[in-house]
This record gives sequence, structure tokens and C-alpha cells, in this order.
Amino acid sequence: MDEKRHIISLLVENEFGSLSRIAGLFSARGYNIHCLNVAPTNDVSISRMTLVTFCNDQKIKQLAKQLDKLVDVVNVKDLTEETHIEREMLLLKLKCNKNQRDEVKRLVDIFRARIIDVTDTTYTIELTGVTEKILAFIESMGKIKIIEMVRSGTLGISRGIDSLENIK
Amino acid sequence: MKLSGSQIIIECLKKEGVEFIFGYPGGAVLHIYDALFGDKKIKHVLTRHEQGATHAADGYARACGKPGVVLVTSGPGITNCVTGLATAHMDSVPMIIISGQVSREYVGSDAFQEADATGITRPVTKHNFLVDSRESIAEVFKKAFIIATTGRPGPVLIDIPKDLTDPKTKINFEYPKKVKLRSYKAPISESKLKIEEAAKLLVSAKKPMVYSGGGVILGNAHKELTTLVKTLGYPVTNTLMGLGGYPATDNQFLGMLGMHGTYEANMAMHDCDILFAVGARFDDRVTGDTSKFCPSAKIIHIDVDPSSISKIIEVDLSLVGETSNILKDLNKAVKPHLKKINKSALKKWWTQIDKWRTKKCLSYKKSNKIIKPQSVIETLYDITKGNSYVTSDVGQHQMWAAQYYKFDKPNRWINSGGLGTMGFGLPSAMGVQLAYPKSEVICVTGEASILMCIQELATCLQYRLPIKIINLNNRYMGMVRQWQEFFYEGRYAMSYMEAIPDFAQLASSFGHVGMKIEKPSELKTKLQEAMDLKDRLVFVDVITDQEENVYPMIKSGQAHNEMHLSPTGKDTELA
Ligand SMILES: Cc1ncc(C[n+]2csc(CCOP(=O)(O)OP(=O)(O)O)c2C)c(N)n1
Ligand SMILES: [Mg+2]
Repeated sequence: MDEKRHIISLLVENEFGSLSRIAGLFSARGYNIHCLNVAPTNDVSISRMTLVTFCNDQKIKQLAKQLDKLVDVVNVKDLTEETHIEREMLLLKLKCNKNQRDEVKRLVDIFRARIIDVTDTTYTIELTGVTEKILAFIESMGKIKIIEMVRSGTLGISRGIDSLENIK
Repeated sequence: MKLSGSQIIIECLKKEGVEFIFGYPGGAVLHIYDALFGDKKIKHVLTRHEQGATHAADGYARACGKPGVVLVTSGPGITNCVTGLATAHMDSVPMIIISGQVSREYVGSDAFQEADATGITRPVTKHNFLVDSRESIAEVFKKAFIIATTGRPGPVLIDIPKDLTDPKTKINFEYPKKVKLRSYKAPISESKLKIEEAAKLLVSAKKPMVYSGGGVILGNAHKELTTLVKTLGYPVTNTLMGLGGYPATDNQFLGMLGMHGTYEANMAMHDCDILFAVGARFDDRVTGDTSKFCPSAKIIHIDVDPSSISKIIEVDLSLVGETSNILKDLNKAVKPHLKKINKSALKKWWTQIDKWRTKKCLSYKKSNKIIKPQSVIETLYDITKGNSYVTSDVGQHQMWAAQYYKFDKPNRWINSGGLGTMGFGLPSAMGVQLAYPKSEVICVTGEASILMCIQELATCLQYRLPIKIINLNNRYMGMVRQWQEFFYEGRYAMSYMEAIPDFAQLASSFGHVGMKIEKPSELKTKLQEAMDLKDRLVFVDVITDQEENVYPMIKSGQAHNEMHLSPTGKDTELA
């Protein structure tokens, strides 16, 4: 069966060990984690995780059920099952000499990125967008030397009134 | 009431109605042991190894349905429990494991006897807790008992740093009546509509088959299952974990299925048109090659665990919830449809099944020179009239016990089906005997398995547990040897047991009665003699046919209709 990209959103009890419980489930059951993001929500007792994994339809159903079974997991949703919005943030530090600066600025404009730090020899750039855009931007750097790069991993939210936080 | 952390722990256990703690002391739990000293209500059973404690608590839970409780120290205490936890976890047994941890100020410093208990046990528990304050002890215990015993049960570990159990600091104690567990999902109940759909599908069968597993035993659903099967008149098979879920002596019972299941059960699985699976999880030892599993059947699956549904085999209709409730509803729902059952098709199906039965797949070559292991179990069954609790270890003896001891009641057959843990038999029998002091408890074992927890003979003496150990001594790791005979051209690498102790003497050095049986002619009288020693543990060392194999057998990767039968009369025959 074909492997597809899935964005899994999880609400998780903000408790000792819950992150490793979830990570452990992925490794124990042979699932990959392509990227993972964890941060607090409005409710201090709950964290939200977003992770991207590649697997086939049968395996993703099993994964969702296994995650739901964990005592720490409050809610699970495969965002890719319905209409949703996704974004990723990139921080990119470039080695940038004088005669490369115009070119970089031009690319920053085209991609609607922002330059957030400048030194004699470097530019640091911030960009948000879907993963394809992030990848396209990185590729457009061409010969310009990337010193360091940080990506947030995919964040996702469903469109419309739906909310993962509607907890019964 | 003002209590210390240790006293709180003991009060929590009392509130939960705990009668026994299986444990072993050490530095990190000394405060708790001190608080337990002289307690009249809770009996502490000192095993001789923490693995023994875990299996004993497990056996207790499997036999009586109440959660088994274990108390061990930090570091090596808890690491010794890992096998026992994994065993219980695989077979969904409710247990509470309390482990001491080093004091909070030392956690993370590689302190003496520090081990990351919650980290190590995470994959082998249903859930675990590291307690971080005195105030939360009671709440954690309440949660742990709920999680361990509801839904699909399982072991829950509570790790408690030593400083929290210190007798000097006391706080107010009240056991919570309720706790908030918003992320723990209680089993849902199925809609009437789906139950109705299942009922209609069930009665539409021409070649029905009921396949039930450990979920029927754990979910206390044997009565409802039996009623349903009787009402419908359908054939039924049990998994290794499900034996006793339907009375084995009933004519509608086709025996166990799977790798060493009966010819009739496996053939009926292969040919059925409606498969009704209850509390079973389509384990690979049951399904064989999944691509050839029940090729022409529509499958209905009842399970308490939603993640069991369509995990291995895609099913057509699933009913998620407590097996007993769903079966109760189904029993009502099928009544108005009973007329729709195709009686003549069902009759034809039974004729086919009876034909399969004439193969007599469990027959074996009898001998008057050498004791056949199968005959030992048959004799035991006759002597005990099928009324005993039987625990086992892992290997050929386990399969023979499952095949030849006919369990009419649930919770009587106690074995490590999921993990297949050698060493489980004796300590689990201790738990069963403590739960039912007046009942006969037999441990069927092999000369290799029994040595893995042999130290527990001392525990049996201390608590006067009159278990009957039946050691099918073939001087081989028989099951390993059988695979080597079939798949490795008889190269018996490391499966021969050299330097086997004299078990009768070994048992008597532990203060028990030891017996050795070597001749078929003395089998019955000596086994009877052993069973008659009601108040003593008797270790019966039975010298059996060395190279006997377990039949029928489905080799890995083969289908249910590709069994190998016993070579009685003809050569090993491919069914
Ligand atoms: C702890 C553990 N180690 C290894 C195994 C693999 N194993 C399965 S059966 C078996 C041999 C058991 O020999 P014995 O207890 O003599 O039983 P028999 O098969 O001879 O009846 C072994 C080594 C296991 N199941 N458990
Ligand atoms: Mg053996």
C-alpha cells in the first residue's frame, strides 16, 4: 500500500513522561516520526503536539488507535483527513558577503520572508509557510553558504469551527 | 486522619480490598515494610525473587479476577520485575506494582540502587506513575487501580521515592471517591443498530464458526458466550488464552485452534463463511499465514480494545465494548431471528465437522515401555475430574496440557500465552493457591522451565502451599528440539539438557515431597498418591518419551488447512 504523509495532532496531559511514552510508541511499533512539535496550550495542564509521519492507510488507522489508547493522550486527530491549514517556520543563518546581499534581499522579497538579524558577514532570515515553500526557499539559496538552519516542524489546525480542544 | 506516606500506601491498598502483597524488601521500601509490620489485614507473601513475586501476583489475578499487588525495592528490585510485567501486559492481567525509588534529592544522580523504573517499564505496563508528592499518593493509587482493572486490563506501576514514605512526616489522608481521568477512555457501548446488524449477519451463516479468546475470560463473559453458542447451535473453538471460556467437554466445542490446534478447529476456521471472534486478537500463532486466513469468511469481531480491531485481519463488522455486555445484547438480539437460521446448511456443516473429527488428531502411539507425555495429562485429568487449576510453563508440556486437560470452567487454565515466559508456572501457581487455598493447583512444567524460578520452592514451604508440580521430564528443551528436528535437519543446538538435577531430592531438600515416575504401569497409582497428599507440595518428576512431538502443527507461514498430523500409523501426513 502507498505511504502518504499524515499530520497527527495530539492533545496530551502535561505530565511527567508523556512525551517519551508517545515517542516510545512510534519506535516500538515501527513508525517513523518525520518531525515533531510540542508546546503548551491555553490550558496549562495540556500540551499540543503536532507530528508528521509517512505511512499507509491501514497503518495510520492503527497508529491513531494506539495513540488514543495511551492514558496521557486526551485527543488525537489526523489533520490530513480533512481540510486544514499547515505552516512551518524556518530560521536560516547565511554567510553573506557584500555582493551577495542584493540577491538574498531579492529572494527574501519574492518569498515574503524577513531578515531578522544582520552582521558584517551574516544574514538571519525568518520564513513561514507550507513545507514546500520552505524547501523551495532553501533551494533558492544556491551557492550562498548556509551556516545554520532551524525548522519548527509542521504545525497544523483544522479549518472552520472544528477544534481538537472540544474535550468531552 | 494524619498518616505518613507509607501508612497512606497501606490504607489505599486496604480501601481497594487488597488481601495479599507479593514482594521482596530493600532499602528504598524499608519505610513501607516497617508500616506493614504486624498488619493484621494485609498478608505479605515473601517470594524468593522479584520475578516470582510478579508472576505470583499475576497468577492470583488470573485465577480470581482481582488485581495482583507487588511491592519491590528500587534498582535491581524493579528490574527483576520486568519479565513479569511484560508477561502480564501481553496477557492483559490487572496488576499494581509498587516500587521504591531513591529519595527525590538523589533522583538522576546515579545514586546507589537507582534505576529509571518508569522509563524501563513504560513499554511493558499499561501505564506508570512516578509519585512526586505525599499529597498525590492517594490520588495516584486510585487512578492506578482504575486503569489496571477497567477496559482492557493491564499492569500499572507506581514508583515512589523513599523520602515520601518517611514515617516522621504525616499529612491528612482521605481516599478519593472519584478522580479525574479525562484522557482515559472508558469502553464505549455499541449502538442497538450495530448489534442488530451483527445478529442478522450471525444467523445468515451457512458455515459459522465461533472463535473466542482470553477476552471472554478477562471480561467474565463465559456465561453469555455459552448461552449464545448454545442458542445458535454453532461450533466453537478457543484460543490458548481462551480455554475454559466455553466448556471443553461440550459437543459443540472443537478444541483449541492455531499452531497446535485440533484438525477440526483449524479446518472449520479455514472453511467457515461467518467467523464470530470474541475477545481474541488474531495472534500470529492463531492465524498462521494471514493472507490465507479464513479466506471465504465475513468476520464479526467483539473486543474491549478498539486498537485490536482490524490490527492484523481486516474485519467486516466490529463491536467495541465490554464483551459480556455486548454478548448479553446479542443474546437478546438474535432471538427474533432464530427462525432464519438455515438448518439444513448447518446440519451439512456439522456433518463435515464430524468427518474432520474422525481423524482423531489428538490420538498418539501408546506405549507400555516408556511414558507418553500426553498420557500423563490424560491421567491427571481423569484423577482430578477436570476440577483443578492448572498453571504451566512454556514448551511442549504447555501445549499438551492445553490439548489434553479439558477445561470446562474459566480462570482454571493459567499460562503465559502472549509472552511465552518460561519460569511462570511455579510462581503463578502460588498466587492461585493463595487465592483458593482449598482447591487443587497443579503446575505442569518441563525440566528446563522449572529451573527458571525453582527458588520459589522455598516460598511454597514458608506459606504451606500444597501445589502439585508435574514435571514432564524429556531431558530436552522439547519445543526447541521439535523445531530443530523440523526446520534445522535435527541439529539439536543447545537444546539438550545436560546435568539435570535429581528433582525428587531437590524438592525434599526444600522440605517438600519428591517423587519420580519412570514406568507407564505405575503412572496412575503414583499420580494418585501425589494428588492424595493434600497438604503437601509434591514434586512429581515424570520421565517421559524424549523425542515425542506436539501434533497437529501448522508450520509458520502456512494456512489452517495445511496442518501436519501425528505420524500414528502412517507417516507424518499433510492434511
Ligand atoms: C524465558 C524464556 N527463554 C527462552 C524461551 C524459548 N523456549 C521456548 S520453549 C523452550 C524449551 C522449554 O523446555 P522445557 O521446559 O523442558 O519444556 P518441553 O518443551 O521440553 O516440554 C525454550 C527454551 C522461552 N519461552 N522463555
Ligand atoms: Mg523438556
